[in-house]
Amino acid sequence: MKAMLDFYFTQMKMAIQQQIQYRVANYFYMIGMIAEPVIYLVVWSTVARAQGGSVGGYTPGDFAAYYIVWTLVRNMNIVLTPYVWENYIQRGELSMELLRPLHPLHATLAYFSGWKFVMIAMWLPIAAILTIVFQPTLNPQLWSIAAFAVALWGGYLVRFMLLWLLGMITFWTTRVSAFFELYFTLELLFSGRLVPLSLMPQWVQQVAAFLPFQWAFGFTIELLLGKLTPAQALYGLGAQVFWTLLGLFFVNLFWRAALRRFSAVGA
Amino acid sequence: MSGKKNGSGKILYPDQATIHITQLEKYYIVPEREAGLRAAVGSLFRRKHREIKAVDGISFDILPGEMVGFLGPNGAGKTTTLKMLSGLLYPTAGEAIVLGHVPSRREKTFLRQITLVMGQRNQLAWDIPALDSYELNRAIYQIPRGEFKRTVDELIELLDLQDIVRKPVRNLSLGERMKAEIAGSLLHRPQVLFLDEPTIGLDVTMQRRIRAFIAEYNRRFGASVLLTSHYMADVVALCRRVIVIHHGRILYDGGLSGLVEKFSAQKTIVLTLPDSNIDLTSYGAVRSKDAGRVTLQVPKSETSRITAQLLADLPISDLTVEDPPIEEVIEHVFAQGAEAAA
Repeated sequence: MKAMLDFYFTQMKMAIQQQIQYRVANYFYMIGMIAEPVIYLVVWSTVARAQGGSVGGYTPGDFAAYYIVWTLVRNMNIVLTPYVWENYIQRGELSMELLRPLHPLHATLAYFSGWKFVMIAMWLPIAAILTIVFQPTLNPQLWSIAAFAVALWGGYLVRFMLLWLLGMITFWTTRVSAFFELYFTLELLFSGRLVPLSLMPQWVQQVAAFLPFQWAFGFTIELLLGKLTPAQALYGLGAQVFWTLLGLFFVNLFWRAALRRFSAVGA
Repeated sequence: MSGKKNGSGKILYPDQATIHITQLEKYYIVPEREAGLRAAVGSLFRRKHREIKAVDGISFDILPGEMVGFLGPNGAGKTTTLKMLSGLLYPTAGEAIVLGHVPSRREKTFLRQITLVMGQRNQLAWDIPALDSYELNRAIYQIPRGEFKRTVDELIELLDLQDIVRKPVRNLSLGERMKAEIAGSLLHRPQVLFLDEPTIGLDVTMQRRIRAFIAEYNRRFGASVLLTSHYMADVVALCRRVIVIHHGRILYDGGLSGLVEKFSAQKTIVLTLPDSNIDLTSYGAVRSKDAGRVTLQVPKSETSRITAQLLADLPISDLTVEDPPIEEVIEHVFAQGAEAAA
């Protein structure tokens, strides 16, 4: 355990050092990413005003809060995408990882965890500007701030496991991007990324309850916005643990078979 | 338990060898089609596959502390073998045991004792100094801090890395990067080194430096080394034993000198004459003429007779009989292998 903590700490430190080298690229990446929620925010705020001040209980101030918190949650759930997996295998980087006496999952998990600290530091001034411009309504309670801090990392783990599993398809087919596009569409619809889930049709909310997407997105945002009761918060955190463990179970289940397959794809 | 002879004639048993492989095979199934749109459309309905025998039933043993050159032309199966021995690839058939472990099981205790250095692959992070990547390796291999510091200092001194390890890796020359890569691969003091073209693309001075380092590492830690290189100078400097592989099969396993003996049907006679314009074609094939120095190639069995005749017929001031350069012998072996496989 001590050795693993030492590894995570060292790998995270290294990720921070590396990502500081890419600070300009990271900023442009973040600015590009922020365009998406700002568009949603402008559209939904306009709709809310046109409907007399709110839509489904969300005022323009609530929408501003939702989409500003959205930017933090989105930064926190950046993980190794299947697009990168293709290069990861083809360029032989996975070979180098496999030579080490440590599952490559740990290296990636720790690396992206370290990256988050750089992204959060860069996000703060952008969040300040968005707050001044859009005037969010955000009055969280202390318990929900604490639960939000845990859920941010829980959401990261859920999305990490899902996309790691998706990336593992690369061992069987060399073009996994098509699967990712499908995943992205489902995520957009069922996660609360496009719009708060409570504004979606009833059937979408019912289907979303059986899928993992909202636990990496909408749940975390609604937690800070004070839309959830303590019981709902606990249920959500439990769902994050459940989906993370389920993802880990399937990663372990398919990993040996994937490595056997790796032989045939290239190293 | 059955034993077998290695190049030096010593009987080896699996439990004595660091590396023991028997009838190891690796076959790939690859899709295949003709060029063009018609073939592309046709392949949608009827896919053709071909079996490639990358490694085709090879067997050998390597003893603790032994350094062995693994030679073969491109596509011979060298890298595939190294990848199977380091646990990256699953063999199709056969047995491989390295340090008492089956590599494909990828046990942590096994991975902690080996390293694979590939001349064209990076393990160091690109944007930060190598020292930071070394620190990560310390955490991965759980090297105690005191031992880690001693090893890093030692490697820095041996490879002359003082300034190199403090610069971002992207700012290093190819040779500097390679030295830094090798140091990074040895921090955990592996007992088996798989070196795949470790000197590729390096200048002669850097090649020599890396060779000297590998020899020193082998001497200090008694590590076994399996080395592939297209530079015969690497092999000549480091390995007394070579294994030649071609089309996935072993053509030769034995001493380097034995390779020349077995595969070279020629000898080289170097003459020093007052006049190098004399016609010597009746004695043998003239390979070069340079300021009174002539190099002749003659059949090995005829060497004594032709030497005597040259000394009797010509005003020779100096004469030496040599084996042909090892590169030529290897080229000859590969050519023979290709003919045999055709």
